[in-house]
This record gives sequence, C-alpha cells and structure tokens, in this order.
Amino acid sequence: MRVMLTGNGAAAWGARLAGVEYLPAFPITPQTEIIETIANWIDYGEFDCRVVMLDSEHSMITAAGAAATTGVRTFTATSSQGLLYGMEMLYTVAGWRAPFVLVNVSRGLASPITLEPDHNDILAARDCGFLQLHCATCQEVLDSILLAFRLTEDNRVRLPAIVNLDGFYLSFTREPVQLPSEQQVAGFLPPFDPQNQGFRAGAPFSQAVAVLGGSAYSYFRYQCHLAALNAEQAFSESAALFSEAFGRSYQAVESYRCDDAEVVFVMMGSFATKAKAAVDQLRAAGQAVGLVRPLLLRPFPVKAFGRALAGKRGVAVIDQNLSPGYGGILHAELAANLYGHSGSKPVLVSFIGGLGGRDISSEEFFEMAKITRQAVADGSAPPPRLLYTGDELREMKKWQAIALQQSGRGDQT
Amino acid sequence: MTELRFRTFRDLPADHLLGTGTAMCAGCGGLEALHEIYDILGEKTVIINAAGCMTLLAVYPFTPFRGSWLYTAMASAPAGAQGVRDALDLLLASGRITAAEDLQTVVLTGDGAAYGMGLSATSGAIERGLDFLYVCYDNEGYGNTGQQSSGATPHGAGTATNKGPLGYPGYKKDLFAIWAAHRPAYVATVIGAEPLDLARKVERAMRLKGPKLILALAPCPTGWDFAPEETVQLGKLAVQCGVWPLKEYRDGTVVHTKVPKQRLPVEEYLKRQGRFSQLFVPERNETVLVEIQAKIDDYWCAVERHGQVEE
Repeated sequence: MRVMLTGNGAAAWGARLAGVEYLPAFPITPQTEIIETIANWIDYGEFDCRVVMLDSEHSMITAAGAAATTGVRTFTATSSQGLLYGMEMLYTVAGWRAPFVLVNVSRGLASPITLEPDHNDILAARDCGFLQLHCATCQEVLDSILLAFRLTEDNRVRLPAIVNLDGFYLSFTREPVQLPSEQQVAGFLPPFDPQNQGFRAGAPFSQAVAVLGGSAYSYFRYQCHLAALNAEQAFSESAALFSEAFGRSYQAVESYRCDDAEVVFVMMGSFATKAKAAVDQLRAAGQAVGLVRPLLLRPFPVKAFGRALAGKRGVAVIDQNLSPGYGGILHAELAANLYGHSGSKPVLVSFIGGLGGRDISSEEFFEMAKITRQAVADGSAPPPRLLYTGDELREMKKWQAIALQQSGRGDQT
Repeated sequence: MTELRFRTFRDLPADHLLGTGTAMCAGCGGLEALHEIYDILGEKTVIINAAGCMTLLAVYPFTPFRGSWLYTAMASAPAGAQGVRDALDLLLASGRITAAEDLQTVVLTGDGAAYGMGLSATSGAIERGLDFLYVCYDNEGYGNTGQQSSGATPHGAGTATNKGPLGYPGYKKDLFAIWAAHRPAYVATVIGAEPLDLARKVERAMRLKGPKLILALAPCPTGWDFAPEETVQLGKLAVQCGVWPLKEYRDGTVVHTKVPKQRLPVEEYLKRQGRFSQLFVPERNETVLVEIQAKIDDYWCAVERHGQVEE
C-alpha cells in the first residue's frame, strides 16, 4: 500500500510493523509526532504496545535498555538536546549489549538553541557503541527501522541501533511511502529472541557489573567494537533479504551517477537529495559529477566507501556538522579511511553547510564542484569552507544592529 | 502487628542470603541493613543499582547476590526498574515467562542518588505507580568518593568538603516527607541496629503493590569517623536520641513505630563521631549544639501533638 507519510509518520509505522512491544518516551521537537502517533494507535486499539512517559531522556534510554535486556522488543525516539541529555545511558546500554532501536530526529544543538536540523547531535553519539543508519527519504526511514531491528537482534551484533532522520526536512515532509504488509514484515523480521539475556527467578543474571582494572574493561570494550564490525556483513545479508522481501535494495554506501564521475559529493541525510538534484543539473551541463552517501555510518563501511571512491579524482565532503577547532567530522573519517592504502587517492575538499537547517542551494553545489575540480588540478585541497552567502551576511549585520540597539550598547561599538 | 511474620527476634530469618567478602568497609551500616533486608526479600529479586558504594558489591566475576543484578547509572536506577518491571509484565501477559519466574524489582541506591541526582527519576517512578521497592542506604554524604556533603548531610557535620570549624552549614533534606508527598503505597525509615522493626517494615512493603520506599540510616565508620565495631551501638543511639525517627507512611498517614521512651541528649550520639568533633573541641560550640537539640525536641513535640504514634 502506498501512502503519504511524514518522516515521523514513517518512523511510527516502522516501529508498528516491527511489532515493538515497549516504548519508553519523552517529548522533544521535532521527534514528538512519532510517540504521539504510536500512543494514539494504542489508545484507539489499532496497535498493541506499551508506552510509558519517563521523566527525561536519561531515564527513557535507561528504561529502554533495561526492557530490551529483560527480553521484549523495544523502540524509542528522541532529538538533539534529548540525545545528549541521555548520552551517559547511550554508552551504558550499548555496553549492556541491549538490542533495541532508537530513532533520532536530528536538530542543531544549543547554543544558540534552535529547532532545525544538523548532525552534531547524532555525531556526538558516534562513539557510544550504537549502530547508526542515516536516512535520506521517508521510505528509507521506515525500511531502516526494519533493517535496524534485524541488525540489533543479530547474534553476531547485539548492539542497539540509532536510525537518524533530519528534523523538519524529513520529519515534517510528506512523501509517498510504500507500506509493507504485516505478513511481508513477519517473513523478514522474526519475533525477538532474547536468547541468554533476561531476568528470571531461578536463573540469576548479573548485568553490567563493575570491573576492576584495564584488562577486564578492555576485553568488554573490544567485544563491543568487534560486534559493531560484524554489523557490516550483517547489514549486507539483511539488505539482500530485505530486497527479496520488499523489492527495495539498500547498500551501506549509496553511489549515485558515480560510474564515470571524476568528482563526487559525499553527504549524508536528507540534504543529500539536494546534492542529487545538483548532480542531475551538473550532468545535464556535461560535467562528470556523482554523489556518494553513507546509509550506514556505524560500523563505518570501510570497504564500501573504498569501492565508491575508487578512481575518483576529487571528493567534496559536505559536512552538516562542525567540530569547532577542526571542521567536518565526516571529512576526518573519510581522510582517515583513505590514508594508508596503496593506489592514487582523490583530493578531499571539506565544506561545512546546512547547520541549523540552513539551506544549501544548487548554486552552492555548483561552486563546490568547481572548487573541487580546481583542487584536483592544483593537486592540493584548499582550507575547509564554511558555506555562507553575502546576502546572509548582510541580513545578519542588520540583526546585529537591531540587537545592539535593543541592548542599549549600540553606542559603545 | 499480629498479622505480620516477625513478632519477636526469634522470628527473624536464621539463614543469611547475602554472600560475604565484599568490598564494603568494615562496620558498614548500609551493608548491615542490606543483609537484613535481603534475608527477607529473598532471591526472587532483581537489584537495580545506582552509582554508589554498593556498586562495588558486584565486581566481575563475583556477586554476593543469589538473585539478579543490574547496574544502571547514578541518576536513573528507578527508570531501570521501570523497564525491567514493564518487560516482565509484558512477558508474563504473553505467557513467555511463568508467574514462578517473576521477580521483585528492587532499587538500591545511596543518599547521593536518592536525595539528589536520582530524585527526578524516583519522582517519575512513584507518579507512574511503578510496582517496586526502593532501598536507600543513607550515610549522609557521598561516601564512595570520600564523604563530601550531599543533600542528606546533617547540620554541623564535618565532611571532605566542610573541614572548617562550622562543618556543613546546610540542613538534612527530609526525603521521607518528599517521598510521602507523592502518596506512594508505602514509605518507611529503618536502621540495621533495629532489625525487628526493619523486618516488619520490609515484610509490610512486600505485601503491597505499587511504589514502596525504604530509607535506611547507614552509620559509616569511614565517613563519620568512628570505630567499625560501634556501628550497631551508634545506630541504636541514633534512635534513642531521636535523631533517626523510625516511622512509616501508609494509608495516607505517618506512624512512628518506635518512640524512644526517654530521649537521650543528642550529644551522646554526636560526640562518638569524629565528623562532629569540631562541635566539642577545641571548645564547645554551644550555639550549634543547642540548635541541633532544639530541632530534635521540636520534631518529637510535633509527633506527639499530631498523635503520629503507633497504638
């Protein structure tokens, strides 16, 4: 069945079709619609699940991990400040090897406080041990939740997973979404089998006990890492099964019009669809440009990125995040990934754009392609560019003048 | 009381369930209380722990518990209990576990978590009517990190962050009242030095459904600076001097379960602890001593006035 759904609606449907039994919740814009949708289904008897409102995201993630560890299929969702408020527990429940799925609806982080998206929230959770899937369309949101449940419950993995979508641009944008039937999903995603996890009388189980010394600590942390690495193979297998079951194919790293491309954009999330449109326009103008987009960011798809970038001469990495004092996080990851291999390497050019929902226009994509081609010709990359237009700067100066006047400090400047 | 299992000392469990050889300090009043509580709760429990001294009870690959254990974080043990309880209920309802496999969810935290960082998660669990037992061992400071002041530290006590002649300037927060204001199924104060009173309260809590909260004063030899062999005696003094009122909240009212017939002067309690030594040497701090005694006297006057005494 094909229906029009927002990204949040697609996330709720993903959870419903996955047959989640338990949803600890806490509201935050732009995620709230997900938990509201599910709660309403439950209230009107359309869906059988238990929703519990917690006092914070920290508590919410604790409850999610505890329930998954006890043996029920668990789902939760948050955004931005909420993800960071629960950060301690992201690390903690990953260490519990609690298999559940968390949807993060990306939103820029304070300060200044804002509502629209970028990826600093989700990338702050990069090293916590959760798997990460980054969605570009509403269909992908629904499908990724089903994929994520298979991954997180895979015996070789058993780590929680985050499915990420961009606030507003995806969360509140309606797109046509193919809704699979419950029977189709049942064939792809079997009921949750908690295996050796769970608290039962007569079978005492100590979870998350303290360790003393680096030896035991390192052992368990390495286990976490090796399990995450296993998720790359598990993803390929699950994606193949998914394609059989639903007829839609997913790759850890998507390549769009890349075969003969000399220059490619690398982007993740919904803004990559803007890059796709720019690629089409550049192709129409005769330029060999493509787009490379990771769907899977953790585990980092080393081989898939290697294949996608092989033979490319220039790569424009457009980071919708900013690590102050360094620059783009995806740029750093790609550079690290390319280094240390034989063969010619593309020139990596770093751009920062789309912070707090700031648009990236076609003209900016054209300009980035041009700068990247020039870098290829020069054989060296320019310093990272922070995307900003003259018009924006003029508008900002106007606002500053007003702010200074209002504060009564205008005379001093 | 006749409906209860524990009428005299002889009724207390003879078998002790909690293993020995843990990393707790000699004379730990928290461990004393936990031993007594666990003997009554039994092994059909999952202990959900917050960061504190007792996190070091279960250190890989050992545990003193015969039942289950889940360490969470400092602030969110009651939320962990929520997830476990809800999941067990879902498993029970769908027949994936039997009633015989069900467990009691027990939160175990120190005062640092209970009075401060974990208060939001506790409040939420009570307002949702979570069926769980909260056990707080209250040693009146962040004991595990060397006894810095917490919201549970009493007025005038020296701590690692209050080493001056005045000690801690604040006043111990009334957590019993905060918990009771939520109208949970049950709230009680206990102390390991009064095991019969403790046993009756744990027994009563176990028979009730909903949020049950037990606050155990935990004399702490290292944090309070007294000899480990004096833990029981100091605990008895805390009750006899009226410093630690033994009481419970049930059916909307507060009842004192053990009223000292003739309260001893609070000095008897204070002077045995190094943390109060600045009230006595180099010279008596009469002002603070009188203030502490007056607050205790006022408390018990109000108890008598409101008739909050067990018949």
